[in-house]
Amino acid sequence: MSEEILTTQDLHLYYGEKEALKGINLNFDAKGITALIGPSGCGKSTYLRTLNRMNDLIPNVTITGTIKFKGENLYAPNADTVEIRKEIGMVFQQPNPFPFSIYDNVIYGLRIAGEKDKEKLDAVVEKSLRQAAVWDEVKDHLHESALALSGGQQQRVCIARVLAVSPEIILLDEPTSALDPVSSSQIEATLLNLRHDYTIIIVTHNLQQASRIADRTAFFMNGELVEVDQTKNIFMNPAKKQTEDYISGRFG
Amino acid sequence: MDSKKQNKIAIGTLYGIAGLVVLILLALLGYILASGLPQLSWHFLTAPAKAFLKGGGVGVQLFNSFYLLILAMAISFPIALGAAIYLYEYARDNWITTTIRTAIEILSSLPSVVVGLFGFLFFVVKLRLGFSILSGAFALTFFNLPLLTRSIEDSLRTIDLEQREGGLALGLSRWETITRVILPAAVPSILTGVILSAGRVFGEAAALIYTAGQSAPALNFADWNPFNISSPLNPMRPAETLAVHIWKINSEGIMPDAKAISSGSSAVLIIAILLFNFAARYVGKRLYKRLTSA
Repeated sequence: MSEEILTTQDLHLYYGEKEALKGINLNFDAKGITALIGPSGCGKSTYLRTLNRMNDLIPNVTITGTIKFKGENLYAPNADTVEIRKEIGMVFQQPNPFPFSIYDNVIYGLRIAGEKDKEKLDAVVEKSLRQAAVWDEVKDHLHESALALSGGQQQRVCIARVLAVSPEIILLDEPTSALDPVSSSQIEATLLNLRHDYTIIIVTHNLQQASRIADRTAFFMNGELVEVDQTKNIFMNPAKKQTEDYISGRFG
Repeated sequence: MDSKKQNKIAIGTLYGIAGLVVLILLALLGYILASGLPQLSWHFLTAPAKAFLKGGGVGVQLFNSFYLLILAMAISFPIALGAAIYLYEYARDNWITTTIRTAIEILSSLPSVVVGLFGFLFFVVKLRLGFSILSGAFALTFFNLPLLTRSIEDSLRTIDLEQREGGLALGLSRWETITRVILPAAVPSILTGVILSAGRVFGEAAALIYTAGQSAPALNFADWNPFNISSPLNPMRPAETLAVHIWKINSEGIMPDAKAISSGSSAVLIIAILLFNFAARYVGKRLYKRLTSA
């Protein structure tokens, strides 16, 4: 078993009075893909967003418990959210390229971090776009607006944008739910390419997608983690009845 | 009555109302331009005004209007931008921000003559700035600040929350996300708001009568040292603007061609404001294209 890069212990999250996560214990090994599945409102997206502190933006959220990234508590009082998010990047449900050129989108994080070397930036752009499997489609119009791309291309540019700041972990919040099937399968292929180099955690509504790409799958329900195991076991031989009911489509 | 008929009547009425509004606007514009355009000449646009004789121009007033506009914008834009960023990006809803918002609402509905009288008492008299461009610029700032703050806040609101999350998720700080992602994306719409408010400021008279004054001493356009009293750049000189000039000629003008000068000035004012509006659209579009795919 490889080293655990991210650990969650007894994580509770409250929106005001309402408890949305009820004590989650879940650990992630370095590298590979973990899928978080479960019915709408089960807390899987909320959980994902605690992992790089995106919930900080929402007023009235209270979080207790610990999340450790490489042994460092993400919610320690002196934790630096900017540094955390450089290590733990995120791709959203709706493709959200900035209204700039493709090139500028990809290097934005680096450029703001102060990188000026043109050759280095060019290299990063090419490498990131290749990793995100969108290079061949956009290499001839890198300096055109990213908004002119199709939704699937935009989403892969957004993945490239995250890769360019070389995070260790990539969180994806239903990255294909706004895309057509062809674009979705391209994103899946992209993720399968990345699984050897990055720790990928993906929230998905699409069970087939989870079974196709994930090494491990975690099933959430009503703010609780019901079960986590190798994807094969979750789908073929779940330990809990709730998991089996959900997988076989009996509810949710 | 059946619903088809009702529908027809409703649509007809709405068309009628919209048509009436357009008709009134066109009639006003047409009247002002028809009576004003024949007065316009290079001499009219550049010569100083004459108090008792025929043949004066509005050169000084025109310059004053632009100078005052630029000064007022230079003061109010940074404040409005800061206030809007604070209110929309940082402030949470609590009694402080509610108070600020209410204050802005009230300030924006203040009659401009009240702003002018306040400016007179405070800037002209209390702070001893006298009837000056500076007093006028401060008064216009009071007049402009709430409108501009609101329009910038609205511009920020048009940028999706996803853009902010995208910036933060890349490891940008909140400030970097605002300055490097949100503001560039909002620039065209902010600029449109600035230019439109410039149009309002340019046409403002009541707030200026008691602050920038109603006299336009002759200017020496060869002298650009802002400390000389006859320099156009001197911010401490009294400065009658075009809008104030129109008001003054019509209430107490004693030059024989008062009517013609008033018509000509009105035409100049209207044309300038129309140009502001067209410029706002054009520059906004161009800038958006440049910023988003350069």
